[in-house]
Amino acid sequence: MCGIAALQLRNPLLHPQMGSLLSSMMCQIVDRGPDSAGLAVYNTPGLVSAGTSTLSLLGKDQGIALPEVKASLDAMLPADAAAAVRVVGDTTLVSAAVGTDLLVKAVSETLPGSTIIGRGEHVAVMKSVGHPMDIAAEHGLEAMSGSQGLSHTRMATESAVTAGGSHPFSVADDLCLVHNGSFSNHATVRRDLKREGVVFDSENDTEVGARYVASRLQQGDTLEEALVNLGKVLDGFYTLVVTTADSMAVVRDPIACKPAIIAETDDYVAMASEYRALAALPGIENARIFEPEPGKVYTWSL
Amino acid sequence: MVTLTAPETSTMNAEATRPAVSADSFSVDLAGSPVRELNQALHNAVDGQSWTVANPEGKHSLAVGINTDVTVTINGHAGYYAAGMHQKGDVTINGNAGVGLAENIMSGRVHVKGDASQSAAATGHGGLVVIDGNASARCGISMKGVDIVVGGNIGHMSAFMAQAGRLVVCGDAGEALGDSIYEARIYVKGTVASLGADCIEKPLKDEHLAELGELLAAAGRTDNPADFRRYGSARNLYHFSVHNSTSY
Repeated sequence: MCGIAALQLRNPLLHPQMGSLLSSMMCQIVDRGPDSAGLAVYNTPGLVSAGTSTLSLLGKDQGIALPEVKASLDAMLPADAAAAVRVVGDTTLVSAAVGTDLLVKAVSETLPGSTIIGRGEHVAVMKSVGHPMDIAAEHGLEAMSGSQGLSHTRMATESAVTAGGSHPFSVADDLCLVHNGSFSNHATVRRDLKREGVVFDSENDTEVGARYVASRLQQGDTLEEALVNLGKVLDGFYTLVVTTADSMAVVRDPIACKPAIIAETDDYVAMASEYRALAALPGIENARIFEPEPGKVYTWSL
Repeated sequence: MVTLTAPETSTMNAEATRPAVSADSFSVDLAGSPVRELNQALHNAVDGQSWTVANPEGKHSLAVGINTDVTVTINGHAGYYAAGMHQKGDVTINGNAGVGLAENIMSGRVHVKGDASQSAAATGHGGLVVIDGNASARCGISMKGVDIVVGGNIGHMSAFMAQAGRLVVCGDAGEALGDSIYEARIYVKGTVASLGADCIEKPLKDEHLAELGELLAAAGRTDNPADFRRYGSARNLYHFSVHNSTSY
């Protein structure tokens, strides 16, 4: 069991409430996965800014003082990159006005032991071990503004309870994936992807799903096509939510082992493992509420 | 604190002090009181009472194990296992129901005005479950005597290993309907995506039209029984065939 709550805000007037709404949703899925949790928030002022790349690093302590990290990045990056390093909760955010690939290279050289858990221009990813609402509070979710938010509460089955094993998995620019379920042939697919040159951070089955989607997107698939292809290659049970800079997708395995429910209004699209996570959303009484069909890919774009 | 409009009867010795019939009405607001208190209050209720539940907000295990002839109305969406193990009385949900609606219902009536999630009326032994909207996958899985009437569609693997009872579907049925069915009668008005192993179409005779008419009427529906098709067990799977003896 795991819990998922995801929110795409169509009405910009709701953006200031993104964090409080997502927090209210997440609170209702804690029972489904109390061991660890993660969050991805999009276009949240103070965490990301347009025109700069932001990397989310696991943990607040990177072993080197933040000014030293910044000095090292400044030395490696172009003069106008204006690198910035800050800690939010248990996450270190590194930003600079350069492409993400260059920033990843500079961060990897400066902090070789670090784990990058999020990357892109629009997304910040935060994850940790412990009670999901403590993790949300530590990162200040309640006060966050944004266009999209994704949360996951984990009950670990396929790999250890670690911060790195928490979801979301964000392995390409602004792409995040969360998973309720488990993939049974992840080792085979991981080997195939490794042969193609894909590098993995963990032994987690969900990371394989995320890397697979990223690989398909890189080869030119649309998000919908990538998830249709995932259904052909990855076996097991899953409800997945995938977010990009401006879209959100939901897919369940063809026999619908894992729950999902969606509420759609003119103002938002919300997805959760259970209805109780949607109950407190504004205008829910007039929302179109439905369970996604098994094996069907649903996508919504901002 | 449970919010009751009338004082709750004592839990202890409730059997001895219960009047045979009471027409009292009670209401519970789950915004301010836990589900456990609601269920305890319903277990302490006496025949003839009517209970209204506000703000269910998808909470689990609402109105489970009711064993008296009460009427319960839940105004809003219910979570998992609503009206599970239902023994007596009448539960109406003015909204949707989550996974495992009326699981293992023994008798009585459960009515959902919206949709029901997976495994509705699973393993039900008796009683009537009415779902006005759609039911998801595995509706009536392992049903053992319950009657189910669904106004809309049902998902895949419905009536899997069904043993007894009747499943009526006024919309379409998903894949593998009635897979590994023992007995039980299935009536579908719309299309069937596919039949499961050992489930076949059977003739709709007068006796079937009659029972279907009764079930539809009991569910408050006006569909014409003649528009339905009947499905049931080919009885090949659960009989041992001597020709297969070498396979064991």
